[in-house]
Amino acid sequence: MTPKREAATTAPAPTDGTRGTAAPPLLDATDVRTAFHTPRGAVRAVDGVSLTLSEGETLGIVGESGSGKSVLGRTLMGLITDGPGTTVSGTVRIGGKDVHALTPAGRRALWGTEVAMVFQDPMTSLNPVKKTGTHLSESLRLHLGLGRADARDRAVDLLRQVGIPEPARRAGQYPHELSGGMRQRVVIAMALACGPRLLIADEPTTALDVTVQKQILDLLRSLAEELRMATILISHDLATVAGRTDRVAVMYAGRLVEYADTAAVFDRPRHPYSSALIASIPRLDLPPHTLLPAIEGRPPNLLHPPAGCRFAPRCDTATDRCTTESPGLTAYAGERDAGGLVACHHPLGAAEEAAV
Amino acid sequence: MTTTRDAPALTATDLVVEFPAGRGQKVHAVSGVSLEVAAGETLGILGESGCGKSTVGRSLIQLPPPDAGTVRLGDVTLTGLAPRELRRARARMQIIMQDPVSALNPRRRVKDLVWEGRSIWGPGDDTRDKDARVDAALRDVGLDPATVRDRRPHELSGGQCQRVCIARALMLDPEVLICDEPVSSLDVSVQAQILNLLETTTRRRALSMVFIAHDVSVVKNISDRVMVMYLGKVCEVLPSDGMQHEAVHPYTRLLLASLPEAQLGSAAPAGPPAAEERAAELPSPLNPPSGCRFRTRCPLATERCAAEEPAPREIRPGHRIACHHAEPRRNHP
Ligand SMILES: Nc1ncnc2c1ncn2[C@@H]1O[C@H](COP(=O)(O)OP(=O)(O)OP(=O)(O)O)[C@@H](O)[C@H]1O
Ligand SMILES: Nc1ncnc2c1ncn2[C@@H]1O[C@H](COP(=O)(O)OP(=O)(O)OP(=O)(O)O)[C@@H](O)[C@H]1O
Ligand code: SF4
Ligand code: SF4
Ligand SMILES: [Mg+2]
Ligand SMILES: [Mg+2]
Repeated sequence: MTPKREAATTAPAPTDGTRGTAAPPLLDATDVRTAFHTPRGAVRAVDGVSLTLSEGETLGIVGESGSGKSVLGRTLMGLITDGPGTTVSGTVRIGGKDVHALTPAGRRALWGTEVAMVFQDPMTSLNPVKKTGTHLSESLRLHLGLGRADARDRAVDLLRQVGIPEPARRAGQYPHELSGGMRQRVVIAMALACGPRLLIADEPTTALDVTVQKQILDLLRSLAEELRMATILISHDLATVAGRTDRVAVMYAGRLVEYADTAAVFDRPRHPYSSALIASIPRLDLPPHTLLPAIEGRPPNLLHPPAGCRFAPRCDTATDRCTTESPGLTAYAGERDAGGLVACHHPLGAAEEAAV
Repeated sequence: MTTTRDAPALTATDLVVEFPAGRGQKVHAVSGVSLEVAAGETLGILGESGCGKSTVGRSLIQLPPPDAGTVRLGDVTLTGLAPRELRRARARMQIIMQDPVSALNPRRRVKDLVWEGRSIWGPGDDTRDKDARVDAALRDVGLDPATVRDRRPHELSGGQCQRVCIARALMLDPEVLICDEPVSSLDVSVQAQILNLLETTTRRRALSMVFIAHDVSVVKNISDRVMVMYLGKVCEVLPSDGMQHEAVHPYTRLLLASLPEAQLGSAAPAGPPAAEERAAELPSPLNPPSGCRFRTRCPLATERCAAEEPAPREIRPGHRIACHHAEPRRNHP
């Protein structure tokens, strides 16, 4: 691990009884940086992200395409590690274990039992020539040492648990015989097979129809509650994350720009980017032909990100300070935002509240 | 708009499209769809993956022509037209696709891509003021001509490519624009830019538009009327204003109930509580259910729904449904 380049950004301070328990958080990530070395230069896909997550808590990571959500998810999971072509720094602890200090075998032991991941396209996790039941029973036998018959029974139980009708028959089918929504349910069952304490779902419903999307998100929520599993829900769709997570981290160009309670971010976004992003979602309560407040321009090239605040070229409230000095993620000064963090020199609402 | 019965810009009647699927089977992609778009009006087409939205869009421009049914553009019947006349007539209707990058020839420069349509479809002889007109078209869609004129598609972002596609379509001065998921592959912030561009353009030029998408809020935002499709059939057609309250077809209600909270804004779930959807696999378009095609997922389904296909009926001016049992809503907020 390379030494940290800057002081670690502040992790959210435990401010109330529920979060501030003595037990260490389930996930503790500090100043995570992931850079890909390409012929054209280093792509700093994740550039100094700190996160914590307690048992049973849900966190949304939102941001536009290319903001680094998937790379962050994979780095937390230990699927992307320091090596040729890639530099990873910072620390990620899951259940107290330093994911990036483990041996490859140690990391594999963590996967499935401590942390599991669900991806956007279920077919990336499914083998087209293997029956759905076999996908599950193999990992049950490997990780939990179950016998053949027990593993088969448990596989059918798992399929039932994720809401697949006629689970015994479905266990004998191949992935291509299932609809997209059913496949994603199978992948979720695989992720749950060994009882992980943390589930990272990277755009689990992006490829699915809205009616199926709701079913899968409802399923993830009820499973997380039932199993007291912490979840990270990664999505480019803010609307998906609202109302489904306790906290949300908004990413822009590899960094967190706002990290706070989900309801607070949606009711009263503090970062100009979060605010603009929320405003640009078409809503059903707006009359037809409403012009949406769009964010002009586009996100920066991660090969040559702008100095200072990375959102400055598109920000309405940018000042000279914004183009020279990079804003750190710090606790917002207002009393009502206990625990909320924002990376902005001029957070929204600050002036009005100071005047009150 | 729809009440003025004079000369709709585009009319399609009883469109049927089927694809051979081997072993004597066929995909019933579109099974008797009729629609009408008034001059200057935007009709949204909404529905889940595979319901036949794109197939309707493509059969409107006759690529390929429908297996049955007619399409009229203004006073010209396109179906059955000889290839050369079809080509000329079709220039008055342009299509914009979901994936803007693959819609553009990667080897050509922006200025040629924008002019391309004119040289193929239009009165292509007049190239004298090409540069000035291309620049004007690029400016119209919010691109800086000096920056993008000589670039190739891979040097542009997705949103910029979609702007080029729009500029190219507008170059031909069409009367009707067919947009097939034009913002589905774009980020929210860019999506808002393109939606605003389409909104202002159609308004300024009094363009008619058919706007296909699977996102309810996006379709509502841009359309005057919304047509909801399920498995090759039209379920409901209604004015988009207030549709979240007025929609009554059980499928439309299911779509609305599936929306994430944040998209509802203050329009908190309205209307009959969406009955829990019956856990069922989506029916196959190879062998659609008898009677009403939605019956396998419908909470209100009865025996009649399996026996008899619901005919479209008007429940209030401009609001049609194809359902045996749904009733117009009376006291809503
Ligand atoms: N292996 C790699 N080599 C080089 N660059 C990469 C690699 N993987 C990702 N990147 C770059 O890192 C950045 C972040 O990518 P990432 O996939 O995390 O984005 P994302 O936020 O998940 O976007 P999306 O919403 O499109 O999934 C992008 O600029 C991407 O091109
Ligand atoms: N060229 C083709 N050959 C065979 N089947 C086709 C063809 N094109 C479309 N289909 C089938 O016709 C049906 C309707 O497809 P269509 O692409 O129109 O749906 P859609 O509503 O546009 O879906 P999406 O939202 O996924 O774009 C689907 O079952 C599809 O598989
Ligand atoms: S730091 Fe400056 S440029 Fe960045 S978001 Fe805040 S106000 Fe805008
Ligand atoms: S006709 Fe019957 S099955 Fe079809 S939508 Fe109406 S109630 Fe449901
Ligand atoms: Mg991603
Ligand atoms: Mg389509």
